[in-house]
Amino acid sequence: MATSQANTSTMRVPSAALVRIAPRRRWFGLDGRELWAYRELLYFFVWRDIKVRYKQTAIGAAWAVLQPFLTMLVFSLFFGKLAKIPSEGLPYPVFYYCALLPWTYFAGALQNATSVVVEQQRVITKVYFPRVVLPISAVMSGLVDFAIGLGMLLVLMVYYDIAPSPTMLLLPCFLLLAVFTALGVGLWLSALNALYRDVRYVVPFLVQFWLFASPVAYPSSLVPESWRWLYGLNPMAGVIEGFRWAFTGQGQPSGTLLAASFAGVVLVVVGGLIYYHVMEGTIADVV
Amino acid sequence: MTAAIHVESLGKRYRIGERQPYFTLRDLLADLLRGTAVRTPKAKRKQIWALRDVSFEVQEGEVVGLIGRNGAGKTTLLKVLSRVTAPTAGWAEIRGRVGSLLEVGTGFHPELTGRENVYLNGAILGMGKREIERKFDEIVAFGEVADFIDTPIRHYSTGMQMRLAFAVAAYFEPEILLVDEVLAVGDLAFQKKCLGKMGEVAQAGRTIVFISHQMNQIRRLCQRVIWVDGGRIRADGPVGEVVAAYESAVAGVTADARHESGKTVEGARFCGWEIDHCGEDSPHQLASLGPVTVRFHLQTSRAILRGHHGVALFNADRQLMWARAMDGVHLEPGSYTIAHTLPYLPLRPGPFFWQVSLWEDKELLDLWDCLPEMIVTTENFQHARDEWNGVLNLPCETVLTERKGDRVDQPARI
Repeated sequence: MATSQANTSTMRVPSAALVRIAPRRRWFGLDGRELWAYRELLYFFVWRDIKVRYKQTAIGAAWAVLQPFLTMLVFSLFFGKLAKIPSEGLPYPVFYYCALLPWTYFAGALQNATSVVVEQQRVITKVYFPRVVLPISAVMSGLVDFAIGLGMLLVLMVYYDIAPSPTMLLLPCFLLLAVFTALGVGLWLSALNALYRDVRYVVPFLVQFWLFASPVAYPSSLVPESWRWLYGLNPMAGVIEGFRWAFTGQGQPSGTLLAASFAGVVLVVVGGLIYYHVMEGTIADVV
Repeated sequence: MTAAIHVESLGKRYRIGERQPYFTLRDLLADLLRGTAVRTPKAKRKQIWALRDVSFEVQEGEVVGLIGRNGAGKTTLLKVLSRVTAPTAGWAEIRGRVGSLLEVGTGFHPELTGRENVYLNGAILGMGKREIERKFDEIVAFGEVADFIDTPIRHYSTGMQMRLAFAVAAYFEPEILLVDEVLAVGDLAFQKKCLGKMGEVAQAGRTIVFISHQMNQIRRLCQRVIWVDGGRIRADGPVGEVVAAYESAVAGVTADARHESGKTVEGARFCGWEIDHCGEDSPHQLASLGPVTVRFHLQTSRAILRGHHGVALFNADRQLMWARAMDGVHLEPGSYTIAHTLPYLPLRPGPFFWQVSLWEDKELLDLWDCLPEMIVTTENFQHARDEWNGVLNLPCETVLTERKGDRVDQPARI
């Protein structure tokens, strides 16, 4: 009996926990405490994702740098040198890489989140855990690639002799905005993909359109002032302008744009949570 | 004692439409274009109740077996209790940390090493990182894969993967354990090891609800059995009673099947049967492969001069297993015992039926489908998969040796 008590002590749910199982009626059910109790599982899902990804690739982590770097070269050449798109006075490579870094993360996170529920269907139909852990893990595992890509940006900044600006301290805020945008959209896509499998064929197009609806290849100052609030509802607009500003201290995004982006992300995340929760009830029966 | 699990009028309804693996956008768009509703109206969709009005309680520390035919709703019940799927009606309350083993090796990834998979699988089952760290060495030892623990499991044989998966499961010790029929796979020695471990867990006072089709497993581990049939509870009670009722029902035997031919002539009557030296609690239970002596009791009211005796053994599907006949039986009025001794009776676990008869010339004196049926509870030595289960239940030792000096142009057939 002594040994079983020792085991009980590490159990994550208190011994007297009472779980009530009943038909689902609530339309919004994010249980923060339960989610916290399952943080280790979230960690393991993220850890597995990263391990598997690097084991299956030949050059592993190098992709995290190559992807935004090569795109940056193409953008600098065509949009910069040929189309002469204004760059807020920044060297084109820095201007584009600053935007492509969060963008690559966002696009990857969407792809990941879209397929996560379907890929983990065996686990879903066999074990209980808060299902929302899955899209959260899908969105978080891209952060390692992001961190590696960040190193490359620092190299570029040294090369172009751009002094770090105090606005750099705001970077975590914009990163958080990017993560939540990815999570919000990821919640929608993962639930939709569980129901309609062709959603994953739609995602590459979605990402492509979204790229041009975001100030990646051009600065948002090209968008007429009166339309900026609408443009800003795309939270990635706020994220990308924010990243450029945070790194270089130049091209401070307008308050309207940031406020609209913040509102946009709240809308997407809350809507995503509701839709995901509604779908959650049928997911185990459908996938 | 307090109730660990309380289930009240639980029901689970599936729409047939939902059983469809998934929808596609194309179908959705086609429906929209045709102007029909996105989904068929509720009334038109076929619905089935996989579970209906199920109520029971499981006390803390109780080990309960769930039995029933395939599709009876056992797995659905465990899925609802483990919160994999939500019920449609009713409710249940569970007091304590629940762990469910609906499958072993859930979440195993072929690219990850054995070590990594132990951590991952443990976390998915619900073990904490520290808990896994503490049990890690025992898990590896139990799974007998210590030498390969840092090799990706795609290099493992199926057996090794299974053993590793079981090992994690075996060290999973929640307060309430829900187990689907996962112990049926794996080789026999390992199965026994797992059963032993599960028995230990049961004795440590944990609450267990588990599904099994192997009645000897059920007999060994449970005190109480719930028989689920057609989504409802058909019987709930002590293991002996419920299992016996279930086995008779499966065999389709009704209690008054005796002497159905009705054409018997007065003069002789079989009145009982038993297994000699069965060593088990019931004289109608066969617990070893043999030798076995089966005795039939017979009463005669007149002299039988040219008697002919037949004995036959059928399985649950009424397939003849074995039969024997003898002529020249001479009996005076009185009570007799006919004993048949067989060196082996290698039958797979389950119910079997004896049939005995006595004739004089061409005249049937008595034909008896013996009651109760014989329950075989020997170990199962058969293939893990049902479709490869044969009739015979024989232990077999297999040795693989390389023939030195032979050319190897072609792979050898074993």
